[in-house]
Amino acid sequence: MTETIWITGLGLVSSLGEGPEVHRAALADGARAGSLPVLDEAGFAPFPIHPLPALDLDRQIPKKGDQRQMEPWQRLGTYAAGLAIDHAGARGLVADMHLIVAAGGGERDVALDEAVCAEIARLPAAEAGRVLNERLASGLRPTLFLAQLSNLLAGNISIVHGVTGSSRTFMGEESAAADAVRIAAARLAEGRAKGGARIALVGGAYAAARWDMLLLYAASGQLWRGAWAPVAARQPAGGGLVMGSVAAFLVLETESHARARGAAGIARLGPVRTAAARRRGADTAEASAARLAEGLALRPGHAVLTGATGIAAPLAAEAALLARLREAGPAPGLLRHTADLIGHGVEAAFPANLALGALAVQAGAAPQALVTGFGAWRGEALALVEPV
Amino acid sequence: MDLTDHLGRPVVAVTGIGLVTPLGIGVAASWEGLLAGRSGIRRITRFPTEHLRTTIAGQVDLPDEDPARAVCSPERVERMAALAAAEALAGAGLGGRAEQGMGFPGPLFLGMPPVEVEWPQRLDLARAGNGPAAGTYPAMVAAATGRQDLFEGVLFGGVGERLADRFGTQGAPISLTTACATGASSIQLGVEAIQRGEATAALCIGAEGSVQPEALIRFSLLSALSARNEDPARASRPFEKTREGFVMSEGAAALVLESLESARARGATVLGLLLGCGERADSFHRTRSNPDGGAIIGAMRAAIADAGLQPADIDYVNAHGTGTPENDKMETLGMRAVFGEACPPISSNKSMIGHTLSAAGAIEAVFSLLAIRDGVLPPTINHETPDPAIPLDVVPNVKRPARVRRVLSNSFGFGGQNVCLVLGAAP
Repeated sequence: MTETIWITGLGLVSSLGEGPEVHRAALADGARAGSLPVLDEAGFAPFPIHPLPALDLDRQIPKKGDQRQMEPWQRLGTYAAGLAIDHAGARGLVADMHLIVAAGGGERDVALDEAVCAEIARLPAAEAGRVLNERLASGLRPTLFLAQLSNLLAGNISIVHGVTGSSRTFMGEESAAADAVRIAAARLAEGRAKGGARIALVGGAYAAARWDMLLLYAASGQLWRGAWAPVAARQPAGGGLVMGSVAAFLVLETESHARARGAAGIARLGPVRTAAARRRGADTAEASAARLAEGLALRPGHAVLTGATGIAAPLAAEAALLARLREAGPAPGLLRHTADLIGHGVEAAFPANLALGALAVQAGAAPQALVTGFGAWRGEALALVEPV
Repeated sequence: MDLTDHLGRPVVAVTGIGLVTPLGIGVAASWEGLLAGRSGIRRITRFPTEHLRTTIAGQVDLPDEDPARAVCSPERVERMAALAAAEALAGAGLGGRAEQGMGFPGPLFLGMPPVEVEWPQRLDLARAGNGPAAGTYPAMVAAATGRQDLFEGVLFGGVGERLADRFGTQGAPISLTTACATGASSIQLGVEAIQRGEATAALCIGAEGSVQPEALIRFSLLSALSARNEDPARASRPFEKTREGFVMSEGAAALVLESLESARARGATVLGLLLGCGERADSFHRTRSNPDGGAIIGAMRAAIADAGLQPADIDYVNAHGTGTPENDKMETLGMRAVFGEACPPISSNKSMIGHTLSAAGAIEAVFSLLAIRDGVLPPTINHETPDPAIPLDVVPNVKRPARVRRVLSNSFGFGGQNVCLVLGAAP
């Protein structure tokens, strides 16, 4: 690592709203008794979700034709990416901006799925294949294919915002985002002389109001059911995650590049470390995270923004790690399960917590922020966000 | 040769390769078929094809595949990736047998398609939920609850996690997609990790297994596929006048990348070098390149520059060459812009194996190395009527002996993600 990396732009959208102010306030008020997050507990019952806020899409996706080519997930991510570029004052730098998106899949046509399932479930198996082909050939919309493709969030960011330095899409839930940030930062840090880049846009989005994704996560048995409760309060009942609509993009930039163009740093991105324990036998998430934490230069009063999903086992691993860090190192300051504020945003969770960490240190609310990621199934990540 | 390149970065060698293609399982079978000009495209027999506009594809029959059991994409991707990786690791002699305590000393980069719950699974869930609500998502959710196998099988990180477990790769496995450039992107990420000194070796895989009804229909709706169903072997016609679309296919390739220093130190056989990578995104349209070819040209030039070379140093281009009217026209434009009047020969493996989508960039990188190793250019088959708008030497129909020292391998993706690799002979 030869170059220092600054975070010079944030694009943050959640059920709470958009932009730095609403999120900084929520972070500060998180512990205030009686404050409830924004929820939809009826639309996808028995699963509560954090819905999308109303977005003035025209502000970031001016062409209606572009909006029509996307479904909510891609629109949300493309919108937040634009907020980050604006926040960094980097509209003029998009041609050489490098892009790494952590992506899930786009929305399916749920009405078509249900109609086809209802019809075919009643047919003899021998007829199913033929009828399926017929219904799909006449029912699938061409635009929906592109809206479903994972790499087309990045594609839309290129088309709508003109980001064309490079384009990569990582897949793999929470840890895809942590690795996206890690690799984007490493590529900037190695410096231009070695073929590296100088400015990058990295992040992810998750739209929670989706039966197709709830089906997948329900299969794990780990979705929280019934009335919403904070992460800690879910544990006596076995834990569980509540999906949050979240998008978070960061503009990362070498300090020298930012200074040369007169851009202010919001925060400095410290080490970003990732691993994936098998979570089997001695290869535990706790041990994996403890190795990641070795030599991290924590400061007294550092904020801890946890990526806890609400699922019991990874939460326990995180609690054990944090206890170990408290024992061995300086006392932490504010600790937030950010899932209590905005829900669990899967690929958007880690970038959102980095963004919240950057806001906290920029405001002087903490001398440093430790961001954790403990994926619902796999993936451990730690990062430090430092003041500029 | 130096152990560092023109930018002072570690030189990256290839010490293991593995292939699974519709021409066969293994490098030898695939390469032999390719040099013979054999087509791996055939009628789809895996599922009913009534009401489908396209009824042909490149298909890989998995060892011991039971035709009565629908194998969904994630499982196909994982099994083909594992076959290719096992071959590459055995050739490299560099671990990869986690169960024997001999893991692989570097990270895994896995290029693969997005995966999801597919129709066989969805219909099983719909059938399980009886009553008037059968087939609704809430009923399917109820039927799916507790199906950990379904959850782990369809998570985006699932395939990579299982491969990392099996082969004992280091760190978090990275799964990625850049559409039709995916396989090349996985190699690029491995090259960069070694160049940055994060690792001395990387296992890079591109795998694809999406030949199933909904994926075929989706591509058909974009008018991307050839519908020359009556004559499957002649359907894929890159750079030819009567081309009308690509042929969906599947397969996998794996490459063991290693710093040249590490390969030398352990006395490994170096199959070739990864000299440079270039990428450029297009902001023009979701499925078409900017008519000026800027991103394609930029990616080709960036790869050549990253390798510290000039266009005249390239002996052969392994084309993206999908056989869609649009791609081949744009690739021709890119060739003329980068190489001028003196374009090197260019051929498309896709004329024989079809478009293996997420695997294509990795499979074609392996074929590029083999072209260097054996001094032979694989042909572009089905070249019957030349397209006057494509004034390129496409190595028509028959392989050609040639001295090949450096190859440019092109991969251009939907969504405007373009990646080019420069591969070179072992020093």
